[in-house]
Amino acid sequence: MRRLLLWLPFAVFAGLFALVAIGLYKPADRTVYSAMVGKPLPAFALPPMLPGKPGVAAIMYRDGKPRLINVFASWCIPCAAEAGQLKRLQELGVVIDAVAIRDTGPNIQGFLDRYGDPFDRIGDDPESAVQLALGSAGVPESFVVDGKGIVRLQHVGEIRADDVPKILAAIEQSK
Amino acid sequence: MKRAAFLLLIAASSPALADSALPPARLADTELPDPNQEAKAQVLMLELRCLVCQGQSIADSNAEMAGDMRALVRRRIAEGESPADVRKWLINRYGDYVTYDPPLSAATAPLWIAPILLIGLGLMIARVSFKKRKRA
Repeated sequence: MRRLLLWLPFAVFAGLFALVAIGLYKPADRTVYSAMVGKPLPAFALPPMLPGKPGVAAIMYRDGKPRLINVFASWCIPCAAEAGQLKRLQELGVVIDAVAIRDTGPNIQGFLDRYGDPFDRIGDDPESAVQLALGSAGVPESFVVDGKGIVRLQHVGEIRADDVPKILAAIEQSK
Repeated sequence: MKRAAFLLLIAASSPALADSALPPARLADTELPDPNQEAKAQVLMLELRCLVCQGQSIADSNAEMAGDMRALVRRRIAEGESPADVRKWLINRYGDYVTYDPPLSAATAPLWIAPILLIGLGLMIARVSFKKRKRA
């Protein structure tokens, strides 16, 4: 018993060492995910960002058709990188709305002229109010919303080619 | 000369910042007119996590998103919401992670219980060793 007790501090040390080593080699995921997935969209109404393109309001998401909400900005570099995938999603029949974070009409117009315009509607969110209401912690982020206004999926970061099937599946499931 | 021109070029170039061109939100850096409400907002801002800088509170951070969160806290408190309500609103969106004062739950229980257990253990060890000394 005594002898075993002598080894106890060493065992504790070895355990701590293993814990720290695991933490170093497999760092925890620090992505901030939204807790709104599975919940109805919060009430909001954003004015249009560009003339000739309507704004975005939560009541529009009750018409029985799933949609993708893309939270983006013209000053965000990964948003430009995902433009091609958004275009592809649009060509595959996904309706995409955008919430433009802290942006101006001319800057958004310039961004769309340069990278293409896959959006049905663009809402102007100058103080990130709707972004915060959605539980989004950055740009770009995308949310699949079903026809009853329930958030079905959150995608954090740019949409890459291998993320497209996951988003399509979520849209399909929300129909 | 070449070197000076090079340095000038570096000085004149603008860094590729992930920041917008808009000024900070209206209430991001402006105190509320009611000092009582402002004090409540300040206390809450110190215990809310900046989501893009993660080690800082939104009161300490210069990030644009932290500014927008400060504006949100001030706006809601000015509208008459209690700090607890605002905190709950944010927890409903970002989870307990958003606050530096997480509520008691299965995951945080060890943090509260462990010190009590350790003090108890310490007392027991102290008792046993003091007893031994007396006998000797």
